[in-house]
Amino acid sequence: MKILICISKTPDTTAKIAFADNNTKFTTDGVQWILNPYDEWYSLVRAIELKEADPSTVLHLINVGGADCEPIIRKALALGGDEAIRVNSEESDSYNVAAQIAHIAKEGNYDLIFTGKETIDYNGSSIGGMIAEMMDLPFISHAVKFNLEGGKAIVTREIDGGEETVQSELPLLVSCQKGMAEQRIPNMKGIMGARTKPLKVTEPITVETLTSIVSFDLPPSKAGVKLVSPDNPEELVRLLNEEAKAI
Amino acid sequence: MSVLVFIDIAEGQIKKASFEAACYGAQTASIMGTKAEAIVLGTCNEDLSILGNYGISKVHSIADHTLNNFDSQVFTKVIAEAIETLGSDVIVFANNTTGKAIGPRLSAKIKAGIVTGAVALPDMSNGFVVRKTVFSGKAFANIGITSTKKIICLNPNSFNITKSDQKAEVVTLNAVVPASKTTVVSVNKVTGEVSLSEADIVVSGGRGLKGPENWGLVTDLAKLLGAATACSRPVADIHWRPHHEHVGQTGLAIAPNLYIAIGISGAIQHLAGVNRSKVIVVINKDPEAPFFKAADYGIVGDAFEVVPKIIEAVKKLKGMS
Repeated sequence: MKILICISKTPDTTAKIAFADNNTKFTTDGVQWILNPYDEWYSLVRAIELKEADPSTVLHLINVGGADCEPIIRKALALGGDEAIRVNSEESDSYNVAAQIAHIAKEGNYDLIFTGKETIDYNGSSIGGMIAEMMDLPFISHAVKFNLEGGKAIVTREIDGGEETVQSELPLLVSCQKGMAEQRIPNMKGIMGARTKPLKVTEPITVETLTSIVSFDLPPSKAGVKLVSPDNPEELVRLLNEEAKAI
Repeated sequence: MSVLVFIDIAEGQIKKASFEAACYGAQTASIMGTKAEAIVLGTCNEDLSILGNYGISKVHSIADHTLNNFDSQVFTKVIAEAIETLGSDVIVFANNTTGKAIGPRLSAKIKAGIVTGAVALPDMSNGFVVRKTVFSGKAFANIGITSTKKIICLNPNSFNITKSDQKAEVVTLNAVVPASKTTVVSVNKVTGEVSLSEADIVVSGGRGLKGPENWGLVTDLAKLLGAATACSRPVADIHWRPHHEHVGQTGLAIAPNLYIAIGISGAIQHLAGVNRSKVIVVINKDPEAPFFKAADYGIVGDAFEVVPKIIEAVKKLKGMS
């Protein structure tokens, strides 16, 4: 079993969101970068569990990004990836990133490709579906459970108001979310070992982009909370009905 | 040149998010000076001509029962073929689990730039710019689509549904449905309840409720308001409530008209899932709970005393007591 895990870096959940250059660029000053939680906690850790169940499994990591992505790649190697490829390209749009990954994945004969359900910065949820289409693979999105049985994948995915379990042929692309696995912390042996694991850097192929960021802006700040006395909750119902017109 | 809206159906019924997508598609078409058409895959029990109420002029139905099982690969092939036949330029999906599975695939297949999580009509005054939420609702980005064909996935509950009494023409579209590489083994779905991602009102509970046996407070209020129920991450993690009710950074992100949080402190990860709600009400006995900073209305008080009184007041308002 050969698995490719797509990883990317995102600002930490608690990072201050601000923009510069006429609101066209995200301000990265003082921002702590992390491995995208969906890529790490759910997709990578589930792949590691599959390798623990079958040690012949090979886990390759792929990242599209600059040299500043290497700390998060080393972290993913410390958690349990075997080797990593970094496509040396500043992230552009999702179509371009997906094309870079598909280009490498086509050469790798992977049985499975895992992505997180989305990154927590652009919330695009697009890369997985695009790679699947570029490689003509089945794609199961928003997976909460993944198992292998008799050469097929049994995947449970979220649907509106519930879950659906699907059996799929391999190779397959799965986008992962909460439920797939539990968060892990790399141990010292993993961290030491990650330093010498292979991290190959390749140059990007030329691909067009289909979208571009025009500008960012922040939502207007809330006017402030209107507090109602706990002795008079009826007043809250009146406000919601007459003022907010919400009920 | 036209706009094509994908209509998502479940158990033969049109999803509310699709009516919203239809209205959005119709208004986009009107800005472009063209018409909005719709495409429906699978068998639908509803009269599809009602999509005309939402601004759709013509509905293309591919009522092949094999399409009742969702497979993004099959759906993408069928829709791409329809786009070719119909000459559609802008394709609109609801940004739900179905739309998120097909939209990006279709984007790669027909080389159409895509914006997922759209919250406003495209601005065509200078190019084609679509506004979307980023950083888990903490900011917006305006994205320019530079390709000829364009795909928009509209966030549920972000566009007003307007209705008329127009009827749409319904026609059958012939399609070659390729074999699927996936098979649905089982479906575990809560039926008869309001879908959380589409709900107008959501009542949500946190650890402050002390135990699953106290959830009657949340479900009673929700039932009374026709609301969906939700919970915070710790509550789902300790199995007081099912995981699909978890809203927040790692759970579902929702944007109801009204979000009522009971006994939830409002950690940044929770806010990331609910900060697009139009009106936020927080009931918490801790005046320092960070959630009050993001709320519109609040009560600092004990949920076990306050919520039953709210329930009584709502009953009175609705003329039920």
